[in-house]
Amino acid sequence: MSDGHVHLPIAARVRELEERVLSAGLTTDEELDAILAGLFANASPVNGARIVARAWADPAFKERLLADGSAAAAELGFQTQNTRGAGFRLRVVANTAGVHNVIVCTLCSCYPISLLGPSPSWYKSLAYRSRVVREPRAVLAEFGLVLSDEIEVAVWDTTAETRYMVLPVRPDDASGLDEDEQAAIVTGNGLIGTAAV
Amino acid sequence: MSFAAGTRVRTRSTDPDHHTRLPRYIRGQVGEVIEVEGLHVLPDESARQVLSPRTETVYAVRFQACDLWGSGDHTVTVDLWESYLEEVR
Repeated sequence: MSDGHVHLPIAARVRELEERVLSAGLTTDEELDAILAGLFANASPVNGARIVARAWADPAFKERLLADGSAAAAELGFQTQNTRGAGFRLRVVANTAGVHNVIVCTLCSCYPISLLGPSPSWYKSLAYRSRVVREPRAVLAEFGLVLSDEIEVAVWDTTAETRYMVLPVRPDDASGLDEDEQAAIVTGNGLIGTAAV
Repeated sequence: MSFAAGTRVRTRSTDPDHHTRLPRYIRGQVGEVIEVEGLHVLPDESARQVLSPRTETVYAVRFQACDLWGSGDHTVTVDLWESYLEEVR
């Protein structure tokens, strides 16, 4: 642990909590380390992008993905729920020619980290959280995404146990690319809805 | 009691003196249930370490921006536990 972090009050609280959980026999050091290592080694928007590219390539998969995000993600090897019931219910919301989706957590910073990677700092900012539910078109324009008035904007506020991910519309000029190349054009912001793709 | 998709519901308007996941900006507002999300432990109780906290159905409820803010043409969908809601008849 770096010296810069060890003195933060939150670090002391986390360490105290960890010690109490361990002494109560609720988990082990090895189990905690494995969870953290797995999360940080594997959590990346590349995962969400792979799911998107598969949905673009396979209409039947897309249908399953929109009906039950967690089950469809598991088909590609991404577990969003473990056998103890921990984890999250994945709900994928699809952009269309007429609807653009964008996700937020107004209460804190809930986010599908395993599929989108650690959330950007602005996602946790009071400005984004308070403004995107009030004036999403203006916020998206500041990200460089200007939507015509004909496109409906649907904001999803992550306040419970579901985690949302946006399925962007495949750009017309991407149709000639193979699935891996299509996955490479999907960005983290596209999966949040603050970019077109 | 449970709400089917399409049910119009109003959110609780009171401010509890404990943790809740009902955001202030939608309190007392009317929206439409668009999805039933399944059963989840009520954080209002689990966060206070209530012994055997209740489990309730969570719903995705869609609000119109013009109802929330008096302007705007977008929608905001919020995930809400059942006891936060009452049916609008």
